[in-house]
Amino acid sequence: MTTAPGSSAPDSFLELRDLRIHFPTEDGVVKSVDGLSFKLDRGKTLGIVGESGSGKSVTSLGILGLHKGGRAKISGEIWLDGEELVGASVDHVRTLRGKKMAMIFQDPLSSMHPYYTVGAQIIEAYRIHHKVSKQVARKHAIDMLGRVGIPQPDKRVDSYPHEFSGGMRQRAMIAMALSCDPELLIADEPTTALDVTVQAQILDLMLDLQREFNSALIVITHDLGVVAELSDDILVMYGGRCVEYGSAEDIFYRPEHPYTWGLLGSMPRLDREPTDRLMPIKGSPPSLINVPSGCAFNPRCAYEGRTGGKATTEVPQLAETEGGHLVRCHMPPAERRAIWENEIKPMLEST
Amino acid sequence: MVAFIVRRVIAAVLMLAVVSAATFAIFFLIPRALGQTPEGMASRYVGRDATPEAIQGAVKRLHLDDPLIVQYGRFAKGIVAGEDYSLGPRKAECPAPCFGYSFNNNQPVWPTLLDRLPATMSLAAGAAILWLIAGVSIGIVSALRRGTALDRAAMTVALAGVSLPIYFTGLVSLSVFAYTLGIFPGGGTYTGISENPVAWFQALVLPWITLAFLYAALYARLTRAGMLETMGEDYIRTARAKGLKESTVVTKHALRATLTPILTIFGLDVGLLLGGAVLTESTFSIPGVGKLVIDAIRGNDLPVVLGVTMFAAFFIVLANLIVDILYAVVDPRVRLS
Ligand SMILES: Nc1ncnc2c1ncn2[C@@H]1O[C@H](COP(=O)(O)OP(=O)(O)O)[C@@H](O)[C@H]1O
Ligand code: SF4
Ligand SMILES: [Mg+2]
Repeated sequence: MTTAPGSSAPDSFLELRDLRIHFPTEDGVVKSVDGLSFKLDRGKTLGIVGESGSGKSVTSLGILGLHKGGRAKISGEIWLDGEELVGASVDHVRTLRGKKMAMIFQDPLSSMHPYYTVGAQIIEAYRIHHKVSKQVARKHAIDMLGRVGIPQPDKRVDSYPHEFSGGMRQRAMIAMALSCDPELLIADEPTTALDVTVQAQILDLMLDLQREFNSALIVITHDLGVVAELSDDILVMYGGRCVEYGSAEDIFYRPEHPYTWGLLGSMPRLDREPTDRLMPIKGSPPSLINVPSGCAFNPRCAYEGRTGGKATTEVPQLAETEGGHLVRCHMPPAERRAIWENEIKPMLEST
Repeated sequence: MVAFIVRRVIAAVLMLAVVSAATFAIFFLIPRALGQTPEGMASRYVGRDATPEAIQGAVKRLHLDDPLIVQYGRFAKGIVAGEDYSLGPRKAECPAPCFGYSFNNNQPVWPTLLDRLPATMSLAAGAAILWLIAGVSIGIVSALRRGTALDRAAMTVALAGVSLPIYFTGLVSLSVFAYTLGIFPGGGTYTGISENPVAWFQALVLPWITLAFLYAALYARLTRAGMLETMGEDYIRTARAKGLKESTVVTKHALRATLTPILTIFGLDVGLLLGGAVLTESTFSIPGVGKLVIDAIRGNDLPVVLGVTMFAAFFIVLANLIVDILYAVVDPRVRLS
């Protein structure tokens, strides 16, 4: 599946156009990503938010080309710095991985090889793309460990992943991902495995490093709180699709999709028990094999009755409501805004 | 690391002590508990038609009327320091490690064992090399080509390999390759390597293949399962995300993790076989430790059975020890705990 006729290189550094990643399985086709489009510029941060199972990880691995050559059916376009990657060869995309684009994973303990030292793993990452001696690469690894705030990097370089604390391991992962100065960095739930104070440190670190490297950053999370300060733009994902997209201000101060309201209401808060959410979303995310017809969110939506039956029959379009703010919902914009202003916002503020 | 090794060695010695106690209990304590008298025990040493005097002599000589704990002490001491069975003019010194004398031919057990060891070792070593190479490589290829005709064919053969008993595959290979085609010599032709290396090799080809077939099948399945599991690990995804070539991902990252547990099992399997490959040795009439123990069991030759049991236990404990230490070398996570 190469470039669709008429499409041309975009101005943005990264642009996804109608990306679809489907997995044929014995139970049916899993439509993990089903028509996702967005743009991202250098120096900017995009937050992708959604409950687990909404297709966030598949999207990020898809951008890195890690589903290529497998059983996944991939269509659409991924443009990175003027190059289209869905149609590019497996080998070519591999040469971009690590150097042009890199990734930080959720669980740093399982994501690092238990039998190799942290240093060896960073050195390996560096030497894939730089033909330098081991000594030079080792100096670079120590330097990177120092930059991500690991004390005594010249000693810790020879430690094994299990000898690090969770936060230090995630720092080491970041050092590894950044070792080749990637222009696009994708962090998939980078702080989910960490406790709250360490979470904040890691997020600060990523923001600092992004400024320093001027890279494009995608932060993926199921927790809106994580991307609140970090993101320029936020994309809310549900059932393999974008249901709301806008600037961080749009999403936090003028959200229009009932699912986003639910995410805002279920944000963990520091002054509460993690289990004590304001307004959890009832029900569970849909199976991506049998996505509900019409609006995928309709079985869980409190406002499903307000769309004149369209919620179960017709797939809502992702439509602009105002200044680049996109919403996928049948309710008229005025009604959505009224519900936000009069019902949801007062409820969130009162607690 | 040194402390770790010392700890493991001490544990191994303790383990052997426990095994010796258990073995002693099986052969002496349980019969006594079931009502066997010292005279009854002694009669087994002197033959069925012995006179009461001869039996009494054996009771005295072997101290079978001592309390069992004292007898065990003597048994353990015999292994560690040797034993002197001399009584009056009859001289019978049994140097360490002493397991006594065979009922059947009155030969000391230990030298007999040592005599049988080269055949068992030849068999185990050759088969081990074969099955390790064949089993592991088939397992890796099967995992990487999962679901293809190649994978299915390999796994079908492997299933046959683990299901067919040695005496079946052994006898079939003998009848085809030795007795029908005449490519290899038949059973009972084992010759020591120092006597005639060519004959040694020829006699062992079929036993090696027979024994290796079973283990290769087992290892192919183990390796395939391990490899499939490893390839799904998060750190393999990380290795790919770095931009590593798939071949490097497989050889440097996946194999390292897959082969480590296989190494453990390999060590234990070889250790187990050194204590006697009973079925293969008896199918091919190889005069090894396994054949010795089978003959001893048939002939009710208690001291030999006892000796082989301890001998086999020693190899298993030794293999465990080596594997533990090796594991600590290859898996950095082990050293801490
Ligand atoms: N390789 C695969 N084969 C089949 N289904 C997959 C595969 N990878 C992911 N999925 C499915 O795609 C859906 C989205 O998964 P994922 O992107 O991991 O969600 P998340 O938003 O939690 O990161 C899930 O239902 C998952 O089961
Ligand atoms: S379209 Fe209907 S069901 Fe879907 S989110 Fe909007 S109101 Fe809810
Ligand atoms: Mg995920």
